[in-house]
Amino acid sequence: MNGREQYVAFKAILVKEVLRFTRIWIQTILPPMITTALYFVIFGRLIGSQVGDVHGFRYMEYIVPGLILMTVITNSYANVVSSFYSSKFQHNIEEMLVAPVPNYLILIGFIGGGLARGLAVGVAVTVVALFFTPIPLHSLWVACSVLVLTSVLFSLAGFINGIYAKSFDDISVIPTFVLTPLTYLGGVFYSVAMLPPFWQSVSLANPILYMVNAFRYGLLGVSDVNLAVAYAAILGFIAGLFGVALHLLNRGHGIRS
Amino acid sequence: MTPALSLRNLTKVYKNGITALHGIDLEVAPGDFFALLGPNGAGKSTTIGIVSSLVNKTSGTVQVFGHDIDTDLAAVKACIGLVPQEFNFNIFEPVVEIVVNQAGYYGIPRRLAFERAERYLNQLGLWDRRHDQARLLSGGMKRRLMIARALVHEPRLLILDEPTAGVDIEIRHSMWSFLSEINAAGTTIILTTHYLEEAERLCRNIAIIDNGRIVENTSMRQLLSRMSSHTLVLDLVRPLDAVPDLHGFVTSRIDDHTLEVEVSRDANINTLFAALSAQGIEVGSLRNKTNRLEELFIRLVGNKEDVA
Repeated sequence: MNGREQYVAFKAILVKEVLRFTRIWIQTILPPMITTALYFVIFGRLIGSQVGDVHGFRYMEYIVPGLILMTVITNSYANVVSSFYSSKFQHNIEEMLVAPVPNYLILIGFIGGGLARGLAVGVAVTVVALFFTPIPLHSLWVACSVLVLTSVLFSLAGFINGIYAKSFDDISVIPTFVLTPLTYLGGVFYSVAMLPPFWQSVSLANPILYMVNAFRYGLLGVSDVNLAVAYAAILGFIAGLFGVALHLLNRGHGIRS
Repeated sequence: MTPALSLRNLTKVYKNGITALHGIDLEVAPGDFFALLGPNGAGKSTTIGIVSSLVNKTSGTVQVFGHDIDTDLAAVKACIGLVPQEFNFNIFEPVVEIVVNQAGYYGIPRRLAFERAERYLNQLGLWDRRHDQARLLSGGMKRRLMIARALVHEPRLLILDEPTAGVDIEIRHSMWSFLSEINAAGTTIILTTHYLEEAERLCRNIAIIDNGRIVENTSMRQLLSRMSSHTLVLDLVRPLDAVPDLHGFVTSRIDDHTLEVEVSRDANINTLFAALSAQGIEVGSLRNKTNRLEELFIRLVGNKEDVA
């Protein structure tokens, strides 16, 4: 395939992926908006009003970046894992496998779908958040780049989960038992500075902590971690996961006998 | 002339240790309408899977129009259109999107993809259903959708794995006409089917695969000419009490109104009717007991119950 044909093929995969989640927007876009609104009402307004300022910001403001990023993480992951596994389950992944579209384009197409949903949901949740509190913007570049990179990272993770999954149960194991705990313990609702020294050190092993804090820096200008370390961690994970995902796809793991 | 498909010593051993293909050799000429038949589990779908790159081969070579699957996979894929045995599209996608998206995977721009989708969906009687989700189509329509999808990039080699399974007779006949037209226009077609009448009617050449080995590979005409005899079923106008003695023909009485007569390849059927007339036996109608290819097939693959 020449460059133009590859572009057409990528666009076809991307459009298919975007149409997939927009067609079922009641299942994909609306629930995170409602959930986030509940977080703001309960944690932000009711409980948050009893909590003092964190790093100089009202508690409601402080949790906004984490809630947006948490939604982006879960939706990027969920989009790719469910889409790829469904394609495997229904065998319509074969539509791509029999075509001359290179494997890396298949991977990028699925990641593009995860990114599109992650950003769409991220924007929707931000709009919801604006009903509860003004959102400062310290660095547009940092906020946008962290949002995009984090979405790409978890889309890749979802893709790998989708490759290994052998049943619908398998696509919910990682989100339930790994992703959700790491996200909740990743400083979405608190600053790690509030933890005892031991748990601060343990928290530093949680990659999501770096993403949440980097994004928080983009919006609020405060962070518990060094920004350069956060970028290095995110980019390192992306490179590693991309390599693993492409290797599995090239080997046909779970999709070719 | 470069063959449309060339398999050399193709072997497949699955991870569970089962050897699906024992080094098969096969060649399909360009423009051919080729039947690949065999019992269930014989290795047909494995062969098709390897050619269409859905199954990894263990050893051997595969070439499609001279392109080697190991060194020029993209060119091989561009040559092939696949209609698989199982429905393998997203049932929640609209019909036209399935076809247009498939074109996209081959690098065909969206506008051209829509033009082709309209042409093939029209030819296959699905254009009126283009906005319906695929899950709402009948079984026959789903099969035709897979044919339209396989043709949208205008492949030189079309592989059909049981394309008319579960399709009613009327639709099956219209699909036969459509496939014949596609073949006449120059597309090489490889067909596997449970309906041996279908293979006999459409295909010029045939290979029979059994236990992962090619047990027959010849022209349909030559294969059918090997039949030493075939059995005719005669429906009689008046009842018959005993088996008549028809000289030169092995005859058996099925019931009062039905006779079975084995006719050898060299026999003249007029002689049979003369013998029947001489004994005052009037025949209302006659038919072949089984399809000729079916008889040969059963003999070749060892009289298995589970055929094609």
